[in-house]
Order: sequence, then C-alpha cells, then structure tokens
Amino acid sequence: MKRAVLLAVLAMALWHGPAVAVEPGEALADPALEARARALSTELRCMVCQNQSIDLSDAELAHDLRVLVRERLMAGDSDEEVLDYVVSRYGEFVLLKPSFSLRNALLWGTPVLLLVAGAGVLFYSQRRRRSEASALTEEETAELDRILGANPKSPETSL
Amino acid sequence: MVEIGHFALVLAFALALVQSVVPLVGARTSNSRMMAVAEPVSMAGFGLVLLAFAVLTVSYAQSDFSVANVWENSHSLKPFIYKITGTWGNHEGSMLLWVLILTFFGALVALFGGNLPATLRATVISVQGWIGAAFLLFILATSNPFARLTPAPIEGRDLNPILQDIGLAIHPPLLYLGYVGFSVCFSFAVAALIDGRIDASWARWVRPWTLAAWSFLTGGIAMGSYWAYYELGWGGFWFWDPVENASFMPWLAGTALLHSAIVMEKRSALKIWTLLLAILTFSLSLLGTFLVRSGVLTSVHAFATDPSRGVFILCILTVFIGGSLALFALRAPSLTAGGLFQPISREGALVLNNLFLTTATATVLVGTLYPLVVEALTGDKISVGAPFFNLTFGPLMIPLLVLVPFGPLLAWKRGDVLAAAQRLMTAFAGTLLAVLATMLFIDGATVLAALGIGLATWLVLGALTDLALKAGFGSASPGTMLRRLTGLPLSMFGTALAHLGLGLTTLGLVGVLSFESEHILTMKPGETTEISGYVLRFDEIAPVQGPNFTESRAKFSLLDAAGKPYGEIVSSKRFYPVRQMPTTEAGIKTMGLSQLYVSLGDETADGSLVVRIWWKPLVTLIWGGTLAMMAGGAVSLFDRRLRVGAPARRRREAIEPAAAS
Repeated sequence: MKRAVLLAVLAMALWHGPAVAVEPGEALADPALEARARALSTELRCMVCQNQSIDLSDAELAHDLRVLVRERLMAGDSDEEVLDYVVSRYGEFVLLKPSFSLRNALLWGTPVLLLVAGAGVLFYSQRRRRSEASALTEEETAELDRILGANPKSPETSL
Repeated sequence: MVEIGHFALVLAFALALVQSVVPLVGARTSNSRMMAVAEPVSMAGFGLVLLAFAVLTVSYAQSDFSVANVWENSHSLKPFIYKITGTWGNHEGSMLLWVLILTFFGALVALFGGNLPATLRATVISVQGWIGAAFLLFILATSNPFARLTPAPIEGRDLNPILQDIGLAIHPPLLYLGYVGFSVCFSFAVAALIDGRIDASWARWVRPWTLAAWSFLTGGIAMGSYWAYYELGWGGFWFWDPVENASFMPWLAGTALLHSAIVMEKRSALKIWTLLLAILTFSLSLLGTFLVRSGVLTSVHAFATDPSRGVFILCILTVFIGGSLALFALRAPSLTAGGLFQPISREGALVLNNLFLTTATATVLVGTLYPLVVEALTGDKISVGAPFFNLTFGPLMIPLLVLVPFGPLLAWKRGDVLAAAQRLMTAFAGTLLAVLATMLFIDGATVLAALGIGLATWLVLGALTDLALKAGFGSASPGTMLRRLTGLPLSMFGTALAHLGLGLTTLGLVGVLSFESEHILTMKPGETTEISGYVLRFDEIAPVQGPNFTESRAKFSLLDAAGKPYGEIVSSKRFYPVRQMPTTEAGIKTMGLSQLYVSLGDETADGSLVVRIWWKPLVTLIWGGTLAMMAGGAVSLFDRRLRVGAPARRRREAIEPAAAS
C-alpha cells in the first residue's frame, strides 16, 4: 500500500504532460481512494471554465485541482475536509453544490417549501369546495323540500 | 441586396404595430372590419420577415463579407451547409429566426383560426403582434443583422467550430419552434383575460398549439443534448448548464400545461390555473431568451455580449411577464371555477402531476438564478451546478414517475385507486421481475440501479397496460381486441406513446448512470485495450486536411472477445486556424442500444496518445425515448376527434343535404 501511494505520488510529480480532463497519470493506485477523488471532482467547479466541473475540464487549473484533491485524500483527509480545504483556498464559488448555509436557505428550501405549500393549498381548497358543494343553505333546503313535497315522484318520471 | 432585407424588417415592424392595435380595438368595439385586418397583416408580416431571413441566408451562401454579420461568422472555405446554418449561428441571425418563427405561428393562427370566435381570433393575433413588434424593434435597434462594412473585408472570421455541425441545422429551429410556439398559448391566455371569458372550448382551441410547441421543444432539447454528447467529447448528455435549464424550464411548465389543459377541456376545471400556466410557460421562454441572449450567462450559446441588448430584452421581459401577470391578477378572480372532482380521480392525478412539475420548474428556476441574485445582493460568487440539481430535481421526479401509470387508469371525477392498482398488477409483477433480474444477473448492480431499472420498466409496462386494457385484453376475443385497438382515439395512443417514451428515456438514463464504464489510458499504434467484452486496437493516427480545418484522425479496430474484427471506429481532433480553436470529433460505435465512445486527448512526449473510452449501455434510449414522446405529441395532434372544426364540418355535411331536401 505504501509503495503504491509512493508510486502514485511519484507519477503525479513527474507528470508534466499537456492538460486533458482526467489524465491517465492522475489516477490513484487505490481504487477506493480514486473513486472518492472522482466523486469529489464532480462537485468542484473549474473556476476558469464555463460551468464545468474539474472532472470534465481540460483546463490547466482543473488538472491542478484534481491533483490537489488527490494529495489531500492521500494525506488522509475526509471528503468534507478536502472540500473545506479547497473552499478555504478558492472561496465558495468552487463548490458546484452550494453549502447548506443561511444564505442558501432559499435555494435548498424552495423545492420542499413549494411542494408542501402546494399540497397544503390543494388540501385546503378541496376541503372548502367539498363543504361548499355539499352544504345547502337553509333557503335551498326549504326550496328543495317544497319541490319534492309538491312533486313526490322523481323529476325524470314527472316529465 | 441586403438593404431589401433591412427594409422588409422595418416594414414588418410597422405592420406588427398595426397588428398590435387595429384588430384589438376592433374586437373591443365590435368593429368587424377592423378585426378583419388581423389575418392579412399577420400573414404579410410573416412574408416580410421571411424575405428578410432569405436575404440574410443568401448573403451567407454567397459569403458577402460586406455584411458585418456574415464577416463575423462565416468564411469562404466553410462547407456550404454550414454557410446556410451559420445564418442563425450568431446572435443577430438567431434573433431573426426567433421572430421568423413567431410571425410564422401568427400567420398559422390567421390561417387555421377560421373556427375561432371572431373577437378571440382578432385579440389573439393582436397579442402575437405585440410580441412581434417588441422583438422586431429589438432586432432593429440593437441587433441589426444587415449592417454593412466598408470597405468589405476579403475574408470572414469563420463560425465558431463547435457550431460547424449538422446539429446547428436541427437544434435551434426545433428549439425555437417549441419556445416560440408557446407564444400562441400565451396569446390565447391573454386574449381570454382581455375578453374576460374562458371555457372548455378555449382549452380545445389551445390544445393543438400546446401539443405542437411541446413536441418541437422536446425534439429541440433532445437534439441539443445529443449534439453536446457527441461534440463536446465528454460523453455527457446533460450538464445542468444555465442555458440548458433555460430551455428545460419552459418544457417542464409546458408539460404541466399540456396536462392541466386536458382537465380543463374534459371537465372544465382548473381553468384559472391553466391560464396561469400558459402565461408562465411563455414567460419562461422569454426568460430563457433573456438569459441566453443578454450575456448574463457566458456559454457557447451566448454568441455576443452587449449590455444594451440585455437591458432591452429585460425591458421586454418586464413588460410582457409583468403585464400579463397583472392582467391575470386583475381578471382571474372574476372567472368562474369549473367542475368538481374527488381527490382520487383522473383530475386529481393530473393535479398531482402539475404539483410536481411546477415544483420542479421552480427548483430549476431558483437554481439557475440564485447565483445571479446572490452576487447582485451580496457580491458573493457562488455556483449552483449539477450536484444541486441531481439532489433536488431527481427526488421530485421519482414520485411523479411512479404515479404516471396510475393517471390514465383512473376514471374522471371519482376514481378507484385500488381498482387501478389491481389492473396494474401485471405491470407491477414485471417490474419486480426486472428489479430481481438486474440484481441477480448484472455484475456490480447496486440496489439503486436495480430500482431505477424497475422504475423504467414500470413506466413502459404501465403505458402498455393502459393500451391493453382499453383494447379489452383478457376479456375480449383477439378479433374484437384488434378492432377495439384500431378504433381507439389517436390521443390515447399519443398518451401511451409519450409515457412509453418517458420510460425508455428513464431506462437510458439509468443504464448510463449506473452501468457506464470508463477507461482512460495512453496508447501507441498497435496497442490494444479491453472494454466491456470487446478489444479495441489503436491502428494509426494520421493528419487529414479538411476544407477549413486540419485534423488528426485516429483509427481503431474493434475486435470481439475471440479476436475477430467487429468494426472500425474513427475518432479525431480538429484544429480550426481562423478561430484558433480545437474541437473533438468523438468516435461512436452503436451496438444494439448501447454505444462505445472513443475520444482523443493530447499526444504525450513519447508519441503515445491519451485515449478516453466509454462503454455507454442503453444510452441511445435517452434520445429514442424523446423521439417516442415527440411521436406521441404528433399522434395526439392528429386526433380528428379533438380538432376543432373537424367534427363541425362533418356535422355540417350531414345537415346540409337534409336542409336541401
């Protein structure tokens, strides 16, 4: 394991090729660690690109960030710690998934709020309509009684 | 020559002003001669914009670099097809296409609106005129495609290489037919509000326009997605890019509109809501136009950024969205609410559909605009990207997809969910089987992937169950079944086909997201690598000279496991010297429903080549499903029963002989 890590670090240190997205030399030897690195890469923005994650970008900066993420992972950071580290260096702009902060409350809250509010409105209007539809006013009841009383047979047969 | 186009455009603007005012005044004062102005004016307006568009296209075809727009976006060596498509591969030209399609729809309303009440028709065409006038003024004032250059340059600056693709011939026209098609729904909604009258027949009149716009938009988005897939070289098909979202929001709202209009048409319920959706759908189209055209967002779609344009479109946006919503707030309360229904009913199911779709639309909207708003308010820059949308939009879609098969099986007014569930037992059994089979027989299948496959199966089987039940499967003889099936109204096939397509798209998405495999390596000619049971051999890489680019073309041989040749894949990288831009041309081999995707990276110092290979299982279903959805829309559109006028004509024929005798 240690040798593999050393080799990977060495491979990365020696890597001076041109920039392509996920370059063959970047991959970590440990598949579990590499999988985590890839997952993290999709959450980090390539700052100089048009709305691309560093996983999908061939910019130099994206490459540097991918290497940085892997270095932190090798150093034993958790996923959270890696993201925190990158944010501390580049600001929150780098996160494609905004943090759950007060400022972003409306962003994250909208789907839930709307769904609940919509369901609430539907429930309320359904209940109101049903009560409106079923309850007859006193006058209507009296009118109905009068018609039914005057005409004991059902309306269809009386026609 | 191009001055004719410019003149035609100015004249079209003047006509649009007439169209905006005269028929409307006629409708309000019951003056039939003023109302009669609507049709000829809207058709003439279309003719003039068509002329302007044709003139610009000819300038492109002839590489007339004395026209600034042609000089900026064309090159004499560009292949002819891209000279033509380049007409709308730039800001000015694409706005002209936008207005061309808008006036086209206006002319169609004039042409096919014979069965509409005269005042409604005049008002609708007038409202189309307002939109046309606003955007024609926008073009004339800020984005004139006919500006001249003196002296004329010898050579043009070429079109952005990414756009030099057949996709440019299909994607923008389809997308605009969808985007702008919803303007008709908007005009109908505003006209109904001005009239203060709305009933089930309104929904029937709007139905074909909604269906047509929706089908085109579906096709446009799908084509854009496939284009990005093969052109950008990453094998991704949806990036939640703000520009993609800009077209996706009207689609989501339009899908909701399509469904709520059914309730309105059949049951006279949800009238006010349907009106609001019609307004919102086109408002989102306008917002999309603003986001893409103003330069607020930078992307491959924002051809040119110029603040004056942004401000102008923002004004149009404010006037139209604000105005229509104000009109709605003013008039809607006076509109009567329609039919009642129980929560468990077809109507109830469609309301639930609307709840999820509208929430999803709002989620995409907030996600797209949040960074802009946060930056404007606090100065902080944040990003909202794919991980956000996957986390929010995804969970909203899952319950909706689960519920889809129930909808068509529930009765109007008062449905029985247990009976519907009973009738879906076979589909449910098939779904379980699919989940189990995935878990058992596919290596590396996670529970989530199996459930995803199950969801897709559920949708497909649910759509088939709907058709089978309506044909009387199990209770009738095969002959009766066939007769019943062929006798079903086309709109039922449309529904089933669209829902089936949704299932297929889901299957494609699950297939790629769960079972895709990726291989990134360096290869030298002669080397082989293995991917998902096939062997890929890198044969050679050679330079090729294209008309306006140079290309490094790599040839690969695909061998099956036994080493027998199976096919060839050519993947290349191009360089366009005029724009100094590289592009990738991915090599794609379709095998069954899946694809092998080969994209080239850079050459390394030792002469080997970085090659990225993806095995994309079931990927073609993503777009195949959208084709089925489009077909569903088209089939439904041709349902004679639901075409206004068609039954009336038959009735008239039946009545006339009787009257004559």
